[in-house]
Amino acid sequence: MSNEPEHRGPLVQVAGVTKMFHRGSEDIPVLSELSLEVARGEFLALMGPSGSGKSTLLNLIGGLDRPTQGTVAIAGDRIDALSDRQLAAWRARHVGFVFQLYNLIPVLTAERNVELPLLLTHLTKAQRRSHVATALAIVGLSHRADHYPRTLSGGEQQRVGIARGIVTDPTLLLCDEPTGDLDRKAGDEILNLLQGLNREQGKTIVMVTHDPHASARASRTVYLNKGQLSTEPEA
Amino acid sequence: MKYAHLIWGNLLRKKLRTSLTLLSILVAFILFGLLCAIKQALVGAVGLAGADRLIVRHKVSIIQLLPENYQARMLRLPGVELAVHQTWFGGIYQDPRNFFMQCPVVPVEYMAMFPEFILPPEQLQAWLATRTGAIVGRNTAQRFGWKIGDKIPIMSPIWGRRTWEFDLVGIFDGRDKGTDTTAMFFRYDYFDEVRQTQNFGKGLVGWYTIRVKDPARAAEVARLVDQEFENSPAETKTEPEGAFVQAWANQIGNIALIVAGILGAVFFTILLVTGSTMSQAVRERIGELGVLKAIGFSNGQVLGLVLAESCLLSLLGGGLGLGLAWLFIARGDPTGGLLPLFYFRGQDLFTGAGLAVALGLATGAFPALQATRLRVADALRRM
Repeated sequence: MSNEPEHRGPLVQVAGVTKMFHRGSEDIPVLSELSLEVARGEFLALMGPSGSGKSTLLNLIGGLDRPTQGTVAIAGDRIDALSDRQLAAWRARHVGFVFQLYNLIPVLTAERNVELPLLLTHLTKAQRRSHVATALAIVGLSHRADHYPRTLSGGEQQRVGIARGIVTDPTLLLCDEPTGDLDRKAGDEILNLLQGLNREQGKTIVMVTHDPHASARASRTVYLNKGQLSTEPEA
Repeated sequence: MKYAHLIWGNLLRKKLRTSLTLLSILVAFILFGLLCAIKQALVGAVGLAGADRLIVRHKVSIIQLLPENYQARMLRLPGVELAVHQTWFGGIYQDPRNFFMQCPVVPVEYMAMFPEFILPPEQLQAWLATRTGAIVGRNTAQRFGWKIGDKIPIMSPIWGRRTWEFDLVGIFDGRDKGTDTTAMFFRYDYFDEVRQTQNFGKGLVGWYTIRVKDPARAAEVARLVDQEFENSPAETKTEPEGAFVQAWANQIGNIALIVAGILGAVFFTILLVTGSTMSQAVRERIGELGVLKAIGFSNGQVLGLVLAESCLLSLLGGGLGLGLAWLFIARGDPTGGLLPLFYFRGQDLFTGAGLAVALGLATGAFPALQATRLRVADALRRM
């Protein structure tokens, strides 16, 4: 099963995006007239200091938030114009998320956590189990399928998070500081895994990080500072 | 249902809190079941009263007796099909706490008036052939372990302060589930003969039941009956059987209002308790709800998950509570005779189930709406 739509050109097209947050009567600009393109099969690292808008940009690309101005298109589809309901359905089909704090549901086992996005599909129980088994095998956690998150290490929990992110074979994998809460060894394992998904399975990945060691694994790195993108870190 | 493990897992997340909430819902529904049964026992007979039957009693009070010859005069009135009399015997079997009604009646006409009492024909024949014969309802027969052929001694503090002995010749059943089968009836001719020797109450009876030919003209017939005995030493008050039974029940008060008041207070409290639990449960996992939304769950699906959880909690507590109430009520009248119609009606069970669903929806509605209004990006920051 593949969710790859028929589309030529950059997979991600962010054009002239401005994002403002409101605090009382005050408007706070986070992103200003920002444009970004990510090619299909690219592994892009998005770096920048805290508060620079990295996660906000990732949320816009992932359809979790809407720009104040500008457009966001994924595989040619304008996601900023979709309704909440359409956007939820779009996320279920096209995006996998990996979070810094893993964000697993503590009352579900690893395999049940991985199965969650598949509950939104029309797959049968047997098909769901097969997909879950494949995803857990990819992240090397088949033997921990029936473990609850509290019995897994941080690295293992993040691998479950990645398995949940890829189980629907999404168009795009968005990772928000995926190694931010892990030690170097576990972080490296996660980065190896992401790199493998990118190189061997052609997954397009956008990863927010503030860690140069992590960004070194990406095929391209862009820097975000004060709402603007550049190819060089701020001096 | 593919979301069952998620709903169940969330419910068991805080086991102590869930158990306590479940327990409070359970107690509320036990109370609901018991109050429904008590209400049924007190006012249920109103619904079962015959629409074509009128009760004729002394205008002053039901304890005042009426002449026996009123029966023939009533039968002559237009619109009256049948008239039978009953008299309160007020006897005690072994212990005053063993309360049940006993009345002397004329067997054939009485059974014709009350077709809801089912007596096998051979037992009716035995009754007609036995001057001291008595029949008793199934409920009382089972209560005291009586069987046909037994001799039943009843002490009457009203009629001679002596023990009357009856031969049990029949046990009647109720045609409907709600029919009262606690009473005992014995022959009026035997009763009248014995009391003549005591020179008390001769030729007097307690009250009459009359059947009208056309229920639509019942009010007119009632007026005719009362006019017939106007200005006599024993004036009458005639009313529909349902109103008569209702008046008995109203001696306690407006039962329906009392029951509704108690249940209203109980369920309002439960609504607050369960609503607070659900709100807290949702607040604690806003981040997780954000994750579900992020991976593609729609607002409607999140709303459904929260409502399903609150409904499951309410149905579990309600179901267990109704089940326990049913088990208790199935053991029969807990007062030993004061509540002969003490039982759980099917429609009350359905009302209880509906109430459990309504409670689940009401307590889940607010937190569910809160969950749908969450902005995903904000919710994820609260993980």
